[in-house]
Amino acid sequence: MLDRIHSIDARVRAYITLTPDLAMRQAAEADERLRHPDAPRLCGVPLALKDVLSTRNVKTTCGSKILGNFVPPFDATVVSMLRDAGAVTVGKTNMDEFAMGSSTENSGFFPTFNPWDLDRVPGGSSGGSAAAVAADECIAALGSDTGGSVRQPAALCGVVGMRPTYGRVSRYGLVAFASSLDQIGPITKDVTDCAILMQAISGHDALDSTSLQADVPDYESSLHADVAGLKVGLPREYMAAGVDEGVRGVVLKAIDRLTEAGMEIVDISLPHTEYALATYYVIAPAEASANLARYNGVKYGYFDPDSDGVEELMMNSRGTGFGAEVKRRIMLGTFALSSGYYDAYYLRAQKVRTLIKRDFDQAFESVDLIVTPTSPTVAFPVGEKVDDPISMYLSDVMTLPGPIAGIPGISVPCGFSQGLPVGLQFMAPPLGETVLLRAAHAYEQLAGVESATARKAV
Amino acid sequence: MAARANGGYRVVIGLEVHAQLLTESKMFCACSAKYADAPPNTVVCPICLGMPGVLPVINEQAVEMTILTGLALNCRIPAHAKFDRKNYAYPDLMKWYQISQYDLPFCVGGHLDVTVDGIDRRLGITRVHLEEDTARMIHGRDEAGEDYSLLDVNRSGAPLMEIVSEPDMKTAAEAREYLMSLRNILVYLDVSTANMQEGAFRCDANISVWPRDGEIGNSKVEVKNMNSFRSVYRALEFEEKRQIAVWESGNGPPEQETRGWHEASGTTVSQRTKEYAHDYRYFAEPDLPPLVLDEAWVGEIAARMPELPSALEHRLIEQVGIRPDDARQLINNRELLRYFEEAAASYGDPQRVANWITRDLVKALGDAGASPSESPVGPGDLIELLKLEDSNRVSGKMARDIFRTMFETGRSAAEIVAQQGEQITDQDEIRQAVVKAIQENPKAVADFQAGKKQAAGFLVGRVMRATRGRANPARVNELIAAELG
Repeated sequence: MLDRIHSIDARVRAYITLTPDLAMRQAAEADERLRHPDAPRLCGVPLALKDVLSTRNVKTTCGSKILGNFVPPFDATVVSMLRDAGAVTVGKTNMDEFAMGSSTENSGFFPTFNPWDLDRVPGGSSGGSAAAVAADECIAALGSDTGGSVRQPAALCGVVGMRPTYGRVSRYGLVAFASSLDQIGPITKDVTDCAILMQAISGHDALDSTSLQADVPDYESSLHADVAGLKVGLPREYMAAGVDEGVRGVVLKAIDRLTEAGMEIVDISLPHTEYALATYYVIAPAEASANLARYNGVKYGYFDPDSDGVEELMMNSRGTGFGAEVKRRIMLGTFALSSGYYDAYYLRAQKVRTLIKRDFDQAFESVDLIVTPTSPTVAFPVGEKVDDPISMYLSDVMTLPGPIAGIPGISVPCGFSQGLPVGLQFMAPPLGETVLLRAAHAYEQLAGVESATARKAV
Repeated sequence: MAARANGGYRVVIGLEVHAQLLTESKMFCACSAKYADAPPNTVVCPICLGMPGVLPVINEQAVEMTILTGLALNCRIPAHAKFDRKNYAYPDLMKWYQISQYDLPFCVGGHLDVTVDGIDRRLGITRVHLEEDTARMIHGRDEAGEDYSLLDVNRSGAPLMEIVSEPDMKTAAEAREYLMSLRNILVYLDVSTANMQEGAFRCDANISVWPRDGEIGNSKVEVKNMNSFRSVYRALEFEEKRQIAVWESGNGPPEQETRGWHEASGTTVSQRTKEYAHDYRYFAEPDLPPLVLDEAWVGEIAARMPELPSALEHRLIEQVGIRPDDARQLINNRELLRYFEEAAASYGDPQRVANWITRDLVKALGDAGASPSESPVGPGDLIELLKLEDSNRVSGKMARDIFRTMFETGRSAAEIVAQQGEQITDQDEIRQAVVKAIQENPKAVADFQAGKKQAAGFLVGRVMRATRGRANPARVNELIAAELG
């Protein structure tokens, strides 16, 4: 695996930091554990971690210059869980700075490229993790999903990406972007791996007060349960204008496959969908403006060495350390929370959030699942949207509503358009991970043939 | 008071008190909350350092202490509470936001009853809420004359309870009485040391002054940097006079601003005017779900309510028979009260014990800079001394000297008496000393016989000196009178 990384990562650029010594040490320990028949499923499996996850004694940059030299003294809860399960962590993957972006071009260091076409983006913000899985630079990876940052890059890289229910996976040690939306999720080559990884990272954590107390089901064994009779809602708002024709065709064909498996497709409406983007871009930056306030050059991370006095140090460190998109969102969020604007923006966004959640609650009274495209387009060329934030924001339009409602979603590869992968998204009610995995797995079994029609560039 | 004295003005005072709680751990992490004696930056963890990716977990003990305080202050405990982020940028604030409570605090709408100059006053409590303390900044200047600032993060994340009063106080004396009563309540609830000098009890005051014949407006001056009850009193007195002067000069109302109390000059100094007022951009803390305060839980907390200082004071006066001034002095110092209770338990005259404590013990402790619990003379030792006096083995004067010796040497009353000798009550022994004094001081005798009755006092003094203070003073007086006939 390390050889594979060394041979191709100069072209893909999935990793910010590689930890070969740590990986070899973990591998040796795993070999020892594997002598025993009860070794965990993940024992010895090489995984990659998005660089938003805190790793003890391993640099954790969050894709930002402001944390360019930051080495945390503690592991994120999920990292400890993976290590306890015997996983081998090969490195930290590239990402949009502080997970703000949909192409990994906003990394403070360098962009990552799509393994299917190196002139295109891998999606984002977990673009490094998705590219690493797609390019066989690891078996599976963890990403984080605030508005689609696991599912969208998984779709654009032709791999599986799951966002769990908010609170299913501990956020302790996940560097916060928007606390009420952030969730850690697996990016894997297939749905079975996704279930295995979900098993390893799910569960209540006393260190995260928003983590759920609910028991963790056996995800892997739930994969094989029958899908016949499952009612799948197709929200008309998601197939409206804005979805690329090629993507639409591939997705509709995939939906036909679901009926072959015995699922029933039902037309539904989620009427507040059109407000999701605006709602997200008030709430997420507002929370981010507070979450990113701590990076001031005083305690850790980058500081401006030429500053005179502590005030100047704090201002210059932030001015230089943060990239343009991060600054844009800090300003947006600060504005939205400001006295005189709070009611019109933040408070109203919270109210719309309730309405969007209600849309889903009502829909799930009549359907078991919702199916949509994951992204309105396939991977776009590097540089195409960097100067047009609104069009960049629109690439998450299918994945934003789920996090606003706190519900889980999964993206599975469902074919190709222009030779590039297309993702099919399923969403389920809170804690509906088992039904998501079951449906995604059933689809994956049926659609296996189509996946082989295109070739990767690496 | 001053408003009355000035006739034409009304003074409006409200107080915000921050009290550090005596919890085991900090507000949102597992670090110890007892960091006072620790070297700087040693009682810290990623959470109270505000490192990337950390999350807060609510300290249940701190919530219980806050609710207990609210109940003691007659507050309502709403069923729903939440934490919020208060955003401001300062180097002592690790996350650049403070987790506090904005619109749903734990306790609302209470009151505190006080008596000032014999007048009963009910002072409103707006709210009691919980938040986290900041790190401590230490500013200095090095040998080269460069200013520097040091940061001690030990205090960061310590649980801090804020008690906000209604603007119900009309004088500096009322404000001081409110603060002392509040301090006593926190101490008796065991929720805070409420020690102002150590920063465990901090007070900011809002004060405004308005002409009696006009409306009370909205602007006010916030006064900070007061670190004793006395400085709160002085600062408010100063501010009242200053604001009246602004009105008198035709420039009222005084500008809304924050002013700092300057102890040395006895004045307040402008720190921040309205244009620089903070916009804290409060919003609900997304890392902490809203809390539902179960009625049964609040009931359990209420059941732990100890006797409050006001009730205790009442009981001391009405049932134990202690003079009001002494009762107040005992209540104001919980250790002193404990000392009293222990001593009085084995002695029949509680007021006499109180006299000794408020007079001799307090004086000796003050001279030694010690607290009652550190007193070398324990409650039992004091009672032993009182019993020696009761049995006439020592005089009242001797007892006070023996107490001083006990305090200074740590020896028992019995030991000291054994060494110095008991009181001399024997008629003959005293008569001998009296006769000797008369023989040796003919001038005093002559003065006395010439009508200068105070000359007898001189002779008493000679007798007491000759007996090293042990002669029973009453007997000495009797015998001198008799001998000089």
